[in-house]
Amino acid sequence: MELAHFCSTSRVVIVAGKGGVGKTTVTATLATAAARAGMSVLIVEVEGKSGLPTAFGRPALGYEEQELAPKIRGRTLTPDAALRDWLEHNGLKRISKRLVQTGALDVIATAVPGMKDILVLGKVKSLEQERSADLIVVDAPAAGHAITFLTSAHGLLDAVTVGPVRKQAKDVVELLSDPERCQVLLVTLPEETPVNEVIDTAFTIEDRVGVKLGPVVVNGCYDDLPLDAAAATAAAAKADAALLDVFVSDREAADLAAAAAFRAERAAIQRAQADRLAERLPLPQIRLPFVFGAELGVPEIGTLADAFTTGIELL
Amino acid sequence: MSEVHTLSDVVDHGRIAVCCGSGGVGKTTTAAIIAIEGARRGRRAVVVTIDPAKRLANALGLDGLTNEPRVIDPERWDPDNDRVQGGELSAMMLDTKSTFDGLVTRYAESEEQAQRILANNFYRNISGALSGTQEYMAMEKLHELYEDGGFDLIVVDTPPSRHALDFLDAPERLLRLLNNPIFRVLMVPARTGLRIAGAAVQAFIRTVSRVVGAAVVDDIVAFFRSFEGMEEGFRTRAARVVEILKQPETRFVLVTSPRRDAIEEARFFAERIGDHDLSVDALIVNRVHPRFGEEIAVGLRARADTLRELSAPTRTEREARDRLAARYRNLAEFNDIAERERANIETVRVRTRSAAVAYVPYLAHDVHDFHALAEVGEILFGGDTAAGTVTGGE
Repeated sequence: MELAHFCSTSRVVIVAGKGGVGKTTVTATLATAAARAGMSVLIVEVEGKSGLPTAFGRPALGYEEQELAPKIRGRTLTPDAALRDWLEHNGLKRISKRLVQTGALDVIATAVPGMKDILVLGKVKSLEQERSADLIVVDAPAAGHAITFLTSAHGLLDAVTVGPVRKQAKDVVELLSDPERCQVLLVTLPEETPVNEVIDTAFTIEDRVGVKLGPVVVNGCYDDLPLDAAAATAAAAKADAALLDVFVSDREAADLAAAAAFRAERAAIQRAQADRLAERLPLPQIRLPFVFGAELGVPEIGTLADAFTTGIELL
Repeated sequence: MSEVHTLSDVVDHGRIAVCCGSGGVGKTTTAAIIAIEGARRGRRAVVVTIDPAKRLANALGLDGLTNEPRVIDPERWDPDNDRVQGGELSAMMLDTKSTFDGLVTRYAESEEQAQRILANNFYRNISGALSGTQEYMAMEKLHELYEDGGFDLIVVDTPPSRHALDFLDAPERLLRLLNNPIFRVLMVPARTGLRIAGAAVQAFIRTVSRVVGAAVVDDIVAFFRSFEGMEEGFRTRAARVVEILKQPETRFVLVTSPRRDAIEEARFFAERIGDHDLSVDALIVNRVHPRFGEEIAVGLRARADTLRELSAPTRTEREARDRLAARYRNLAEFNDIAERERANIETVRVRTRSAAVAYVPYLAHDVHDFHALAEVGEILFGGDTAAGTVTGGE
């Protein structure tokens, strides 16, 4: 599939996954790939702080849109900010400050479970309808919460039978159920527990949310070294060195071999897990390479965007 | 305080071991391993889990929210019968809602008051809510197990949030919804004599009702009316928990991975604990990358680059060159990770100088059966871990 085609399948892509699997990385990667394909992208950060601005070499994100890179803008959209925003638009502007100060906002949000999530998704829906960008990428809250985030609309329709909150909930359900408007990209690591969790999450989302699931992104995959089992030994390292008339001490040959063996072992474990995921979950996969490097910054995201594009083209 | 801590000491003499740290670092697994070691050494140990991965939960015999400890058949965790006489292992999974219900029942002035609250929708939302309530109830459960006796060692897994240790500062902050000032005003206008505020308050209620629906507001009002008078009981109980947490037999085990985000959380917890003049007794770092030799990454990368420049006229030589360069680049990358991980870990260690430290390497498989738990137990307790000495390799 062509990248441009993939990116225009749904106007909103929600990137979801457990904490630590690299959602933010995938968000930045998808945005970069889409921008290269000529699309304008808006990244929406739902949790307050994240590594996203760092990935683009910028300081921080705020409620107002900021440019992160050519054709890529970003903003935060935390539940508290969305709630305050919405209250002000619904005639509670005068007392909204008092509501926040006295903590009454907390009480209201608790009394209507899922309300904050609805308001975040409702705001995303508004952004989508305004066509503020060709593609809106939402960096969703971490895992267990991602499910409640997505199911909040259905739950709320049961709890709240009248009023503007209910209308929001209905609009959100419409957005989520339309594959041309929205899809969810699940992210995982090629390790046993994250794979189990993403399988559970996918089936739960399918049962309870009815949103389209895009390919699963498997992050952090070691690619293989150009060494077969025989070549991964200390002796083989020394043999190669001898051939090139280069000196490698015994100690160093042993270290080189041990590091190569470790990588091969981990790569094999990862492949087994990614294959198990493919068996248990009938969704296409995009495998992104492990990027060695301190912080993920612009060059690393560029590498990942290349890999992502290749992955999409292979689908 | 600069006493020397050891992991053995935590297991032999601790009454409570609180495992804190961010999510996904192996806290629950570590808590289970500590409890198992306690049982092996002859103590009656229990591990309180919050949200264990399914397979680990199965291994511990937890098929759901048990909320009460269940003894685990010693055949499962000690098949060779190595344990010291009297050792017993139990496990439980916290049920936040049930625990809260139990507190309501205990502190209500009448059966009727209790039932009114338990049936109230707003109450059900608070008691089911995750943030704040779960952390509070984890500590409440700890209190129950401690007071009811029957356990020598209570190992507590904590929810993976920064609020896990809020109890040390301000337990009432966790249940801030119960102490919400505006609704207290709403509920008892007569008693507080705030009649003047009456009209404004009524207008406020009307506006909010329009937005979320009257039924929702009625539930909130009904809840606060019913809950009246119970806050005192909750407060007294919370104060008792704080006392327990600050006793010398309560040990703090900080669990982390060497990733930057987990380390940041670990630093945060170390600081919170330090703020209360308490100390971290043990720092456990899971999933540490191995270091292969002493060569630094920069030098190795330079070597790889030099190799790539080598002239290699024949195909055999080219292949040998590519292989050798790849080996050096690979070694450079892993030693780079190892260097950065240890630098990250050091930022926590400076705040936990008196803690015993253990590094647990990446394992080839997940840890979710007793065999694997024993394997990691061997790493943690195999040698005698003393403060500053690092097991599992520097």
